Amino acid sequence: MSNAVTSDRRLGIVGAGRVGTTIARAAIAAGYDVAISGSATADRIALIVEVLAPGAHAVTTGEVVAHADLIVLAVPMHRFRELPRDLFAGKILIDAMNYWEEIDGVDQELASAPAGTSVVVQERFESARVVKSLNHITYYKFDADRRPRGAPGRTAMAAAGDDRAAVAVVMQLIDRLGFDAVDAGPLEAGLALEPNGSVFGVSHSADKLSDLLWPEASSA
Amino acid sequence: MTTPQLELGLDTFGYVTVDESGQPLAPDVVIRNYVEEAVVADSVGIDSFNIGEHYRPDFMDSAAHVVLAAIAARTKRIRLGTAVTVLSTQDPVRVYTNFATLDAVSNGRAQLVVGRGSLTESFPLFGFDLADYEELFEEKLDLLTRLLRDQPVTWSGKFRSPLVNQYVTPALPQGHIPTWVGVGGSPQSVVRAARYGLPLMLAVIGGPLSRFAPLVELYKRALDAYGQPALPIGVHSHGYVARTDEEAVDIQWPYWAETFEQAARERGWARPTMARFQAERAEGSLYIGSPETVATKIAASMRLLGLSRFDLAYATGRVPHKQRLATIELYGREVIPRVRELLADHAVPPIPSSHLSAGVAAQPRV
Repeated sequence: MSNAVTSDRRLGIVGAGRVGTTIARAAIAAGYDVAISGSATADRIALIVEVLAPGAHAVTTGEVVAHADLIVLAVPMHRFRELPRDLFAGKILIDAMNYWEEIDGVDQELASAPAGTSVVVQERFESARVVKSLNHITYYKFDADRRPRGAPGRTAMAAAGDDRAAVAVVMQLIDRLGFDAVDAGPLEAGLALEPNGSVFGVSHSADKLSDLLWPEASSA
Repeated sequence: MTTPQLELGLDTFGYVTVDESGQPLAPDVVIRNYVEEAVVADSVGIDSFNIGEHYRPDFMDSAAHVVLAAIAARTKRIRLGTAVTVLSTQDPVRVYTNFATLDAVSNGRAQLVVGRGSLTESFPLFGFDLADYEELFEEKLDLLTRLLRDQPVTWSGKFRSPLVNQYVTPALPQGHIPTWVGVGGSPQSVVRAARYGLPLMLAVIGGPLSRFAPLVELYKRALDAYGQPALPIGVHSHGYVARTDEEAVDIQWPYWAETFEQAARERGWARPTMARFQAERAEGSLYIGSPETVATKIAASMRLLGLSRFDLAYATGRVPHKQRLATIELYGREVIPRVRELLADHAVPPIPSSHLSAGVAAQPRV
């Protein structure tokens, strides 16, 4: 089973905005077979995908879910509740969304989520295996900063999730996308990856990122 | 003398600036000061002066058309526009009347950039739901382009009362106001601009400009798909010009840092550092330095993306009026002529103007 997962390079992406198309482009470069959906009409999505992520399949959200066991959720945060609760049943769901009050409006549940917004996403999609990741680095860094494993100056991305096997799969994806992967711990540790979190918005090496995420471990 | 196909403009958000002792100026003084800045911009040959739209205590740009009318009365040549009109929370009929009137007052110099806006404080202020922002913008852009292109208008939508065979005055003597769509990076917004046959204005506030190359390609492909002609593309970015690179850095850095400290607090962005500031100058989207440094960087950007227009959002943050005037003089007298010289062979789609835009207005809507 774990073998099947590690050899599987299929990725689904829900959301064809700048984040979704950027991740699609990086995943195609990493050899993934990518299916992507968005909220616009099919012909507009097809054009967007053809230009920004050539090689990805522009399909419906249902087809994205059918395409892969690993799905990236990259819709504007105020829209995730429009998706059916059981849509991602059994899937590994990477929550790449960020809650921005300026974009999403005031959302009391998200604004006051004590354990981070990914916990709210997990509650919404109860049957999915939610992992918080791919959200804490500016989107264009996916293109600009990706490096082969071991290359000098390779930067890192973190993944947080309660389902440890799911986190391992996401860390493998991060590595293939061209970044060192750092395990941030349980899903509520994803708080550190959010806007205003300790590691949001700045690229770090894996060591530095680990130090920031695990300050006790580094000082011990 | 001028190369008509390029537009080199200035953008301001009406920052509440400080006096020499570091105290914030009163709002009315701030507004009269930037009217003065626009008058100087006109006198040194800058192509356009464009005002933002915010409803915050640190930005005095909540009624751009009023300020632009004042500027119109004191200038002859400079184009007068917005950077950016948050169309989602405005009534397109009112935008039309305001800017058609400005166009009359200024003898055909009005222009617009319309967008969803980056800060969205206007939504609660005017009673709109931010959750509707996509739909609001689409509907309002549809109505505005109809009003600009084919009156009388019969129209109905979700967010305002319908119009039946409606003429809205004043009519535009030249038939059109150049209207650009401002985009921050959303592919769907780029496709929408192409669908409406409107020129594209990219707001680039950080990072390398090269990352916008795929969006430019998307825009061109979408124009083609919708049967639209090639249309101009512009970029809005921040900058400051002084006599030397060192002087420009010394003047702009503390105010830039202060502005981005606030953004970091409010929006969860990374805190500003001198290293990031210098990196943005070197390979990102800050146009800060001597006239030669800034001209070279603007010209390189215009070449990279095939731009017809560049707007310098001059003097980020509370930079005092006097230093704003100094940067405007250098931009008009030295940077712009040098950019034109560097781009003498730059072939790009022409800038639409009221006088020349009949072709755009006549394009079929898709």
